[in-house]
Amino acid sequence: MLDNIMVLVQAPLVPLQLLLDGIFIGAIFILIAYGLALVWGVMNVKNLAQGDFVIMGGYIAWVISNPKYMGAWAVHPILGLPVAMVFMFGFGWVIYFLIIKRVVYRDMFTSLLATFGLAIVIAQLLNQMFGPEVQVANSGYPTWTWGLLSVAAIKVVAFALTVILAAMVVIFMRYSRMGQAIRATAQDARAAKVMGIDTEHVYAFTYALNAAICGAAGVLISMIWVIQPFFGLPYSLRAFVVVTAAGLGNLPGIITYGLGLGVVEQFGGFILGAQFQQAIVVMVLVLVLIVRQIQQNRYRQAVV
Amino acid sequence: MSVSPKVLAGYGAILLLSLLAPVLFPNYLFQLAVLWMMILFALTWDIMGGQMGYNSLGNIFFFGAGMYISAIVQVGLYYNVGEYTDPSGTIEASFTPHQYFTGLTLGIIAAALGCTVFSIIFGRIVFGLRGPYFAIGTLGVALAAGELMGTWEWVGGGGGIPMPVYPYGPDQRARLFYYMCFVLAIVTFVFLKWLYSKRFGHAINAIRDDEEKAEAMGIHTLRYKTIAFAVAAFFLGMSGAIFGNMIGFIEPLEVAFPTITFGIFMVVMTLLGGKGTLWGPVLGAVVFHVVKETTWTYMLGWQWVALGALIIVNIVFFQQGILGWAAEKWPERFGIVVDKSRTAGGR
Amino acid sequence: MLNISKFKSLLAFIATSLIVLVAGPAGAKVEGDTIVLGSAISFTGKYSTNGIHASNGYNLAVKKINEAGGVTVGGKKYKLKIQYYDDESTPARTAQLLERLIKQDGVKYMLGPYSSATTKAAAPVTEKYKIPMVEAEGASRSLFSQGYQYMFAVLSTSEQYLASSIALAAELAEKNGRKPQDLKVAMVFENDPFSLDVRAGVADDVSKYGMKTVIDDKMPRDLSDISATLTKVKALKPDVLVVSGHSKGAATAARQIKEMKIQVPIIAITHCEAAKIIAKFGSATEGILCPTQWSETLSYSDSLFGKAKDYDTLFKKEYSGYKNVPYQSAQASAAVQVWKDAFERANSFDTDKLREALAATDLETFYGRIKFSPEGNNVAKPMVLRQIQNGKLNVVAPSKWASHPVVFPRKVSY
Repeated sequence: MLDNIMVLVQAPLVPLQLLLDGIFIGAIFILIAYGLALVWGVMNVKNLAQGDFVIMGGYIAWVISNPKYMGAWAVHPILGLPVAMVFMFGFGWVIYFLIIKRVVYRDMFTSLLATFGLAIVIAQLLNQMFGPEVQVANSGYPTWTWGLLSVAAIKVVAFALTVILAAMVVIFMRYSRMGQAIRATAQDARAAKVMGIDTEHVYAFTYALNAAICGAAGVLISMIWVIQPFFGLPYSLRAFVVVTAAGLGNLPGIITYGLGLGVVEQFGGFILGAQFQQAIVVMVLVLVLIVRQIQQNRYRQAVV
Repeated sequence: MSVSPKVLAGYGAILLLSLLAPVLFPNYLFQLAVLWMMILFALTWDIMGGQMGYNSLGNIFFFGAGMYISAIVQVGLYYNVGEYTDPSGTIEASFTPHQYFTGLTLGIIAAALGCTVFSIIFGRIVFGLRGPYFAIGTLGVALAAGELMGTWEWVGGGGGIPMPVYPYGPDQRARLFYYMCFVLAIVTFVFLKWLYSKRFGHAINAIRDDEEKAEAMGIHTLRYKTIAFAVAAFFLGMSGAIFGNMIGFIEPLEVAFPTITFGIFMVVMTLLGGKGTLWGPVLGAVVFHVVKETTWTYMLGWQWVALGALIIVNIVFFQQGILGWAAEKWPERFGIVVDKSRTAGGR
Repeated sequence: MLNISKFKSLLAFIATSLIVLVAGPAGAKVEGDTIVLGSAISFTGKYSTNGIHASNGYNLAVKKINEAGGVTVGGKKYKLKIQYYDDESTPARTAQLLERLIKQDGVKYMLGPYSSATTKAAAPVTEKYKIPMVEAEGASRSLFSQGYQYMFAVLSTSEQYLASSIALAAELAEKNGRKPQDLKVAMVFENDPFSLDVRAGVADDVSKYGMKTVIDDKMPRDLSDISATLTKVKALKPDVLVVSGHSKGAATAARQIKEMKIQVPIIAITHCEAAKIIAKFGSATEGILCPTQWSETLSYSDSLFGKAKDYDTLFKKEYSGYKNVPYQSAQASAAVQVWKDAFERANSFDTDKLREALAATDLETFYGRIKFSPEGNNVAKPMVLRQIQNGKLNVVAPSKWASHPVVFPRKVSY
């Protein structure tokens, strides 16, 4: 462990590399976490299937770029981005009317468990359809190196796309009619209803939008890391860590904690060994919850 | 609560059948032992989840902790644990019958006590959390425990610990573990039945219904929450110790801290049977386990799709569970007095 | 709380009937003219990629044996059949399912599960009931130090997987005028029994040659990102990088080695074929060393499958999507052949006679010679090391089996 810290000090490019990798991965966490914060805030649904939506998006990119499925129609996986967003939007819409609709007004544990069941179904169906193998979608982009530093072009592209996507969502939420309706519903569903907003429609749209955002994140992940039917849970957990830490409706917080988590994971993995990477995520979660409790205890108020 | 002869007969039949199981179904002992284990899982989860309204997703922590405590005691009494678990296999371990049973007994006791202590620490961390945060927090602790166990080389890390080998024949071993699981589950049941009939039961029900009011009425909520957690931990710890020995090989992620299998099963079973009742978890566990074992193993991969679908249907459409549904259908059978005097004019 | 007095008797009734329902008659070990072998193997969960490779191997051998007339016991021809259960890659489930196979289904002849972890849970059960098990996928050394009498493994033990790459590194260093003691080794392993055992084998050899271990990391649980470790590799410039993490670990490592343009003279990864890394990452995998239990280029042969090469062709014809036949499938097929041989030599269905016959096995197969030590592992077959050269896997070590010289240092253009 000490040797590893020494390396960090002696080769300044190494911490820079870790920082960059952390930011690239953190940007994707932000997307997933933002989607979660959206459904959590608007309709009070704790979506544990978040990570599995991500993996579904990844498989869409993999399928459309794979000649085995698409024959001569196989395209570059980056085109999976719009395809996955449209498909996942539709999927989210269907799931809303099948399942989520019935848990919106129920107690909070219900949505957690119901979406957990959904997560299992999605992961297992993917497993039955595509097999359990680890899959990757190849972007074919080069890697730039500069001494010890190496940056894969796809990571930069993905980062740029993430920023554009996030900006689009924010603008949409602020200025479009639907975005305003979503925010109104989040503030007070009953008042929104009285004002003539079709809250049912708003909920369905919100959930579908979240699925689309996750799908987009999945496309990027399939081109940068690897996907596999059972890789969903770690992403769900990370989204929960970020949202729990940042709170709902706090976009700057989500950005800070998302990037922070990515960076902490990379440095932790470097210093303690990669086997601690996952442990670090859950430890951060527990830590965040403890800190929040202490903060809330001052007011002797429950964390709800 | 008066006990009618009919009820006594019911209890008697179950007890007799269970006691005779090794003679009647010798080939199914392992399955039945696991069934008792499942009943215990559901019963202990219901203390917090059903009776007290604190939905924990991390109770499996105590199962795994108990398993490891017991393993460390059983091995550590006679060998250096670090050498015993070394993957290059430097020592050839064997246990005499005396060593085996001493280790097993002390291991189970240590697991029960150790887990009770853990529950107090664990409780301090999570009891300030409410609703989904409590569920996520407990889930986090259980996942973290599995991950950290996997990095602790002294106990074998991800390589796990092969448990001491049972010194006598296989049939005797099967019977012994069956009776251990059986007795543990029955003791848990009787203890909880007693506990719920005392002030404790009313207090934790009050916490479920409205914690702020319960506190305002002078119920020391933190104390009751801690006790409830400790009771669950005590029994789960013992079950972990027994299960580890029954399987014969323990490993952190899949055997000791199976958060997304057993950890979720205990919730699903309780909800399936009907939470907040004494018999609901038992019924849920029996139905769940029997259905799972009779159909699951033939589905070769599709069983998990079915499980996920079952969870969704259970949660979304049938959350009151079997007993809850029955209570709605035949309220008078559950001692819920339907006031017929106004509609039927009395008897 | 509900008072459910009357309901309890109803419950008792339900419980009783359910238990009676489960307790059907136990099946038979030999049904008519069919011998039933049993296996709990991973169709879901983290080992499922290789679980499926292994079950494909089992199925192919069963099919081929049945087509060739089946197994002759006591002058009568019997067909083979395998009863599978899915162990979900969890050892606890494996133990439970083996109990089920033995006690409830009455299966008396076992084929192993996939992975050392699950085999570790299976062996105590088969041992307990004195049911012989031929396993093909559990290589951990600690399996063979427990004194198991009823477990036989057709494969070489796991400490040999990557140790040969360390020996090769030492040999190449000396050839190039460097002392083996000066070599720096980086180790990256999954945190599971098999990979930890591979690691122990490597660590033994590293200290034997006096090399220096500069990195000794375990992979994260979901095995999807090891870039932090590879950053360390870039900074510390080891001479040898060894990676083992079943198929998922191999895929992740190959992807990130490519992406981060890792330049290490010797890189060795287990499960290259099973992870299909050549097909996925193309020329970036050039020069990677892959230990294998079996190679289709070796000169083994038997009367059922013919040469190793013929098995390769047959397997690819039978199961689409394989560019290289994983050795996990080949050794699974060999395990079924061992059972056939044992049945015919024992000329009996008695498990103890079969155990004797298995212990005395000395069989030439397309997979190599199979002869068990008293501990139950196969001591008659070497591990070989292949290198990816121009997108093909060529045997480069040990020199007795080598078809091509090793390319050193690894030449690759990312």
